[in-house]
Amino acid sequence: MTTTATNELFQTEKEELISGSEAIALACALADVDVITAYPIRPYDTVMQYVSKLKADGSFDCDFIVAESEHSQFEIVKHASSVGARTFTGSSGVGWFYAFEAITVTAGLRLPVVAMVGNRALDDPGAFGVEHNDALAVRDLGWMLYWVATAQEALDIALLAWRVAEDPTVFLPFAVSCDGSFLTHSQAIVNVPTSEQVNKFLPPYDRGKLQLHPDNPITIAPQVNEDWLMEMRRQSDEAMHRSVGVIKKAYEEFKEIFGRGDPSPFVEEYMTEDADIIIVGMGTLALPVRVAVRRFQEAGRKIGFVRVKFFRPFPTEELQEILTKCKAVCVVDRDYSYGAPSYGGVLFTELRSALYPMEKRPLMLNFIAGLGGREVHVNDVNDMVDIVQKAIETGIIEQEATWIGVRDN
Amino acid sequence: MSTVAVEVVYRGIFQRTLARNIVRSIVFAARKEGKIGTAFGRYGDSPERNGIPAKQFAVVADDAEELEEVLARYEPTEVDVTINVDDTMCKGIESWAWYGLQPINQLTKPNGTLIVTSRQDADSLVEDIHQKDTPFDLSIIKSTVSFSGLWVYKDDHTDARILGTLCNVCPQLFSIDSMLQALDEQGNGETKLASAQKAYDVATIRTVEPGEGNSEVPYKFELLGWQTMEEGLVIRAQGKGGGFRGGDEGFQPDRNEVFKKYSTRSMRPVINFETCIKCTLCWLQCPDTCFDITPDGLYDANMESCCGCGVCEAVCPVPDCVTMVSEADFNDNSSQWEAWQEDKPSYQQWMTALVDKQKAETRTHGFHHVGGYTEEIAASEDA
Ligand code: SF4
Ligand code: SF4
Repeated sequence: MTTTATNELFQTEKEELISGSEAIALACALADVDVITAYPIRPYDTVMQYVSKLKADGSFDCDFIVAESEHSQFEIVKHASSVGARTFTGSSGVGWFYAFEAITVTAGLRLPVVAMVGNRALDDPGAFGVEHNDALAVRDLGWMLYWVATAQEALDIALLAWRVAEDPTVFLPFAVSCDGSFLTHSQAIVNVPTSEQVNKFLPPYDRGKLQLHPDNPITIAPQVNEDWLMEMRRQSDEAMHRSVGVIKKAYEEFKEIFGRGDPSPFVEEYMTEDADIIIVGMGTLALPVRVAVRRFQEAGRKIGFVRVKFFRPFPTEELQEILTKCKAVCVVDRDYSYGAPSYGGVLFTELRSALYPMEKRPLMLNFIAGLGGREVHVNDVNDMVDIVQKAIETGIIEQEATWIGVRDN
Repeated sequence: MSTVAVEVVYRGIFQRTLARNIVRSIVFAARKEGKIGTAFGRYGDSPERNGIPAKQFAVVADDAEELEEVLARYEPTEVDVTINVDDTMCKGIESWAWYGLQPINQLTKPNGTLIVTSRQDADSLVEDIHQKDTPFDLSIIKSTVSFSGLWVYKDDHTDARILGTLCNVCPQLFSIDSMLQALDEQGNGETKLASAQKAYDVATIRTVEPGEGNSEVPYKFELLGWQTMEEGLVIRAQGKGGGFRGGDEGFQPDRNEVFKKYSTRSMRPVINFETCIKCTLCWLQCPDTCFDITPDGLYDANMESCCGCGVCEAVCPVPDCVTMVSEADFNDNSSQWEAWQEDKPSYQQWMTALVDKQKAETRTHGFHHVGGYTEEIAASEDA
């Protein structure tokens, strides 16, 4: 069992001008992470820059290992986590994919590794900008997945991530997804909490009798074949179920200790009351959408927005409750899923499935937008809403998934 | 609503920390007056690439909601102040292949300000800066352009001088006192604060009227749509090329008609055709295939393709045959060999003057900045 040291850097609450990546690096120091592994790829690499700076400045003591590839990077934290070390790592785009074997076994072994995914388009074509397909690829594997929208939220959710992942009733890895550029490279004012607050919120990681240690001789990861496998999968499924309650409880405590947070840890609602149309999206998309929604409301139009924060566990009940009250749902996917039902995006497909059992089902339209870091502007949002409005008026959905902001010539 | 946006145009890696210091200090100073702000780099740039023009922004607003309104469009469409930390970028910049050449004042608002660090005077800078339909103010900070090497920062107070000047030319942003307070809190010493104060005291502006300046129409691209773009992610190669200037002798490669890289350059090579021994090294080693082989077997560097890397200077075996000189002294990309052909004595005189000036100035560009430091230190020790 590791202990959490009180860092001199964080004696008093203070305000910093930092990016989402710096915020997560500070969260690592606040959480007194034991082992951090790194391998550079933009935009994730900004985190390793800040972690190494904190370490070089003597402000943060951890084992900081720069691996020779992403695969080793994720393997090392996996092993460190099994001996009881609090861990942090991360990657982006195809780097994350290169580590995939290690990523799947981390979840399979129920190791509470926390990773930052700096969302980046998958090669090819080469692009540094955000797309959500990289992080979404772990959605079926037992990783909890969260999309943050601000640098402050990046810091806060990283702290929540260790708390939930390391809960013995959960023991699942947690990926904090940050949109490349909009979060990783822009600096905003962030409130940095004290070590005292963090220590109150985040108990030391205790792997208990699962800890690999000479005093606790165990073998991890045997070959099991069909004799054991299905039961183990069922256990992971149950752990994901249990995480919902753990997240709720932890978030309530978070709000109490740090004095900030939304009503729900799973979704953020913005002007959804009595809304005819609700726009749904993830990550920093919130910024232009909120501005567009405000302008609609000022013009007397009932348009609201829901930001899906947790993608895994998927907030089914919350979204069922919110979205069945409106006439139409406008889902914005910053991802693609070629050949999916209706050729829609991943979020759309999941949401539609979540709403299927409901008695009152809203119209559902999907928009693929902002790929490869292309900006989604307020007028793009207006275009989407126009299409949805037309569907409400005519009762006809001409096309379920529409690409917005793509040059059509 | 009173948001103020400032952009810093800088050269990748060599001036990145400088740009970052400026935008961050703007947000800190605004904070002193109870405002809120954000600082960010244009992500589409490649700020880790040597010499590539790139941008950082600072946006300041009265409250969070107002800031959100502005940031709904991540990259500002117009700015109150443009800060250019390398005067050679007054000729326009192209940070990434598809942007085309963007005038340095493209985002500068009507009656906004362009701050430039330069040893040139206003008239010679205005010759480089593209014309606008609306007036803007030009404020020059008389100084040698601040370049550092890779991953290091040269703290020559350029940031403080720019920030002091900014407080003078854009008083709606914040007072000089708030800026000094912010600089102090960020751990800058007294001499740096004095530099900011002095720059504030001596700042001047010169209004550039509509239609005044460089009349060149900047080149731009037609971006293809998904139905017209070739499938399979390919870029077709340029043709092989042929004789020099279309003739039978010599050789010049075909070049991309629209994608030119010269705005990356802060220095360019000048060639002494009379001492050249035709060894072919510059032609072989130039990373951008700039050299055209002339009918007389000499090598003429094409200035629309040259990124200013200095490799030709480094590989040329003949002393002073290829010399990298300041880009600020040129107003076009015309052929040096043609000028030499036309009037050899005048060319020699012009070239020698540039080479001598370079030796006296020891202007450096990032690529050989290690050497540059040595020269600068030696020069300051002599003084
Ligand atoms: S500086 Fe010389 S080597 Fe470099 S691109 Fe220009 S001509 Fe070529
Ligand atoms: S490297 Fe120098 S000497 Fe050799 S061909 Fe080029 S200019 Fe002439």
